[in-house]
Amino acid sequence: MSVRIADVAVVGGGIVGAACADAFSADGLSVELIEAGIVGGGASAAGMGHLTVMDDSEAQFALTSFSLRLWKRLETALPAEVEYSRCGTLWVAADDEEMAEVERKRQFYTLRGVTAETLDARQVAEAEPNLRPGLAGGLLVPGDRVIYAPCAAAWLVKRAIAGGARVRTGVRAVSTDASMGAGMVTLSDGGRVSAKHIVDATGAASPDLVRPRKGHLAITDRYAGFVRHQVVELGYLKSAHGHDIESVAFNVQPRATGQVLIGSSRQYGIGDSRVDAHLLARMLRRAVEYMPRIATLSVVRAWTGFRAATPDSLPLIGPSPRNGQVLLATGHEGLGITTSLGTARLLADWVAGRKPPIPIEPYLPTRFPAEVHRG
Amino acid sequence: MKDSLAFEIVVVGAGPAGLAAACTASERARSVAIVDDNPAPGGQIWRGEARTPWIERARSSPVQLLTETQVVASPGEPALLAARGDRPVEIRYEKLILATGARERFLPFPGWTRPNVLGAGGLQALVKGGMPIAGKRVIVAGSGPLLLAVAAYLRRQGAKIAMVAEQASRGAVLKFARTVARSPSKLMQTLGLMRDLAGVPYRTGCWPVEAAQGEVKFRRGGRTWSEPCDYLACGFGLVPNTELAALLGCTSQDGFVAVDSRQQTTQPGVYCAGEPTGIGGAGLAIVEGRIAGYSATGRPDEARRLFAERDRGNRFRIKLQEAFRLRPELAALARPETIVCRCEDVSFGRIAEHRGWQAIKMQTRCGMGPCQARICGPAVDFLLGIPADSVRPPIFPVPAGLLAEDL
Ligand SMILES: Cc1cc2nc3c(=O)[nH]c(=O)nc-3n(C[C@H](O)[C@H](O)[C@H](O)COP(=O)(O)OP(=O)(O)OC[C@H]3O[C@@H](n4cnc5c(N)ncnc54)[C@H](O)[C@@H]3O)c2cc1C
Ligand SMILES: Cc1cc2nc3c(=O)[nH]c(=O)nc-3n(C[C@H](O)[C@H](O)[C@H](O)COP(=O)(O)OP(=O)(O)OC[C@H]3O[C@@H](n4cnc5c(N)ncnc54)[C@H](O)[C@@H]3O)c2cc1C
Repeated sequence: MSVRIADVAVVGGGIVGAACADAFSADGLSVELIEAGIVGGGASAAGMGHLTVMDDSEAQFALTSFSLRLWKRLETALPAEVEYSRCGTLWVAADDEEMAEVERKRQFYTLRGVTAETLDARQVAEAEPNLRPGLAGGLLVPGDRVIYAPCAAAWLVKRAIAGGARVRTGVRAVSTDASMGAGMVTLSDGGRVSAKHIVDATGAASPDLVRPRKGHLAITDRYAGFVRHQVVELGYLKSAHGHDIESVAFNVQPRATGQVLIGSSRQYGIGDSRVDAHLLARMLRRAVEYMPRIATLSVVRAWTGFRAATPDSLPLIGPSPRNGQVLLATGHEGLGITTSLGTARLLADWVAGRKPPIPIEPYLPTRFPAEVHRG
Repeated sequence: MKDSLAFEIVVVGAGPAGLAAACTASERARSVAIVDDNPAPGGQIWRGEARTPWIERARSSPVQLLTETQVVASPGEPALLAARGDRPVEIRYEKLILATGARERFLPFPGWTRPNVLGAGGLQALVKGGMPIAGKRVIVAGSGPLLLAVAAYLRRQGAKIAMVAEQASRGAVLKFARTVARSPSKLMQTLGLMRDLAGVPYRTGCWPVEAAQGEVKFRRGGRTWSEPCDYLACGFGLVPNTELAALLGCTSQDGFVAVDSRQQTTQPGVYCAGEPTGIGGAGLAIVEGRIAGYSATGRPDEARRLFAERDRGNRFRIKLQEAFRLRPELAALARPETIVCRCEDVSFGRIAEHRGWQAIKMQTRCGMGPCQARICGPAVDFLLGIPADSVRPPIFPVPAGLLAEDL
């Protein structure tokens, strides 16, 4: 088998690998994308596609808000099947404690130039008539978006191909070596790719530091107008972003088709991708608590996906401490669809030696000591 | 709280295979239940008939009949989750027999989604359910003996059958007819149908190429012409219902559930009988059901005594399959703009851009609607040779509230 030569070999064609291939190819580098399955499969096919600005930390805010700006630049270019929707996010507060969180969140966003509007109980009910009565209020973030990630990934890859990138699907990278300033990727079909840089965009399969965190989703038949925003409980912050072994949170999304996508769950330590009926039941009960009429909607399918979780909930973007030729682009947990574009921009700038629009340091894999990175 | 039931043997499907399995198992088992989503037992062939011997036998046996109960998921343990109306029922088992039958195969051709084009079995079921058909001009088209059964039934209900169009060649059909005549009971059945269909043109090597309002274009021997009709009833053979078996992790082979000589699937304690293991008619379904019933209750010798009968059924199955194999011309009827996935309105042209089922599904939404690829999956497989191989719960749409209840 011959050795193909490229400036960059991107391993993994999820939304992150697709964005990387696109960004490197836009920089005029030759790119070889290697995907074991199909482009836009993996977690990217399982996720909700909520493009959201998050405020768990300054670094998370920086990457999510920067990435969302990049998505908005593509707004008019994205084809219809990406189902780009301007629905915004409605964070709902169940009680006064969560209302205090609404206020904190509003201030955080406003100070940083993100529009956010506090809604009282009546306004929340008007915004989402299917929410149960008696909620305390909410925070409307109108700038958040929703996309259908598999088609977004396919579109990014098409653009990369138009820019000269080569794409191989159905082929797995079985090993990567680095010596004498060049990296070598060996493929499952015996082929090899020699590249100056190897991007590891394998998501939850990435060997470095990430732990798979399983999630469930369910989708209904079409009920146009049933829900208007991505609606998320604020308890989400306490439950889902905590590090419990198992948690569920109310999180629903209107699909362009009129379907309602219902999430979500988080589970560590599960390798099995089958739907867990008990956790699915718990997740749906949570949804029904917030939107009682969800109980009557017909569910056509439930599925699972794996997020790539890191110890500090920030992604790994930059050279691997074990092998500088390998650039990591993983660890995006529940935000990788949002942060794919920002991740790709940071890596492309790193390779080009350009000053990035936001500092890369918080995401550099070297923030963890080398011995924590397992092989 | 969910209702929870437990039985030693649970049979899913109350068609010939399921009834035979349950009756056989009940001779020995402590408790047996048959679960079926229809209001009455009988499956496809005995739908709406109260007095067939196996139904009567089941009714007079200790078998518990759980009708209007649809199995939608398997919560993990040896248990099924079923829907009864909007209520969940958990059904636990020690041994499980899957007898989920088959459904019709639809092939996309221009106009196949028009309201005057229906499934042959589907139209039969509608008429059994009270739809008026008397005086209507109906053409029955597609492939297989089912077309004759449906045409005969519709005619008895007063329909005017303008033609039965069989895509298989005259030679293949005649060869098959000689095979059938070798078994007296099958001959009787066929003669009965022939009497019912006297005077109805039965055209072999003939198939629909385009349906329009009030007329359908047919092709035969290089000639294309239009036939006026009120309804076109189509059926291009049957597709096994293997979703539940797949959800339980049973291996399949060439699209059918793989079983050993005892009708056991690759999952220990899970048996399968009838059409999911091969399309061979009610006779084969019954003998497989009985073997599964004996095997599941630890009676291998009784099971073995039926192997020869099953072998005969299997020879018939293979002849059926050979005679009515779909001709490649049928795969060339769909145009780029012809809809393949009706739930999500996906055209053939968009589907043909992709190479695997996951890519087709993810990139075009084909198979993502309420039917979950039951209709378009087999069509894509026939048109492009790409099997639709992903099954996720629930296997039938159910209210979220039903899935939300815990034990
Ligand atoms: C239930 C759920 C809901 C989510 N909701 C959202 C949301 O609303 N918003 C959001 O922003 N994010 C969300 N996410 C997170 C998001 O889906 C992920 O962060 C994102 O898809 C990660 O993209 P990726 O490209 O890194 O990984 P993936 O999409 O998993 O892609 C990795 C690819 O690498 C390939 N691969 C792996 N190993 C190899 C190899 N050795 N050789 C070649 N190829 C290989 C795989 O086949 C796969 O295609 C959600 C995730 C889940 C599970
Ligand atoms: C539409 C149609 C019409 C037919 N008409 C004729 C005819 O007129 N004459 C003839 O000789 N043959 C006919 N056949 C063929 C005949 O049905 C078979 O040869 C024979 O009935 C097979 O028996 P079975 O027990 O394997 O399956 P079936 O008779 O199909 O029985 C399977 C049963 O399982 C039920 N079921 C499936 N999945 C579930 C679930 N998840 N939960 C609960 N219940 C479930 C189904 O509703 C069905 O009642 C027809 C087939 C079809 C598909």
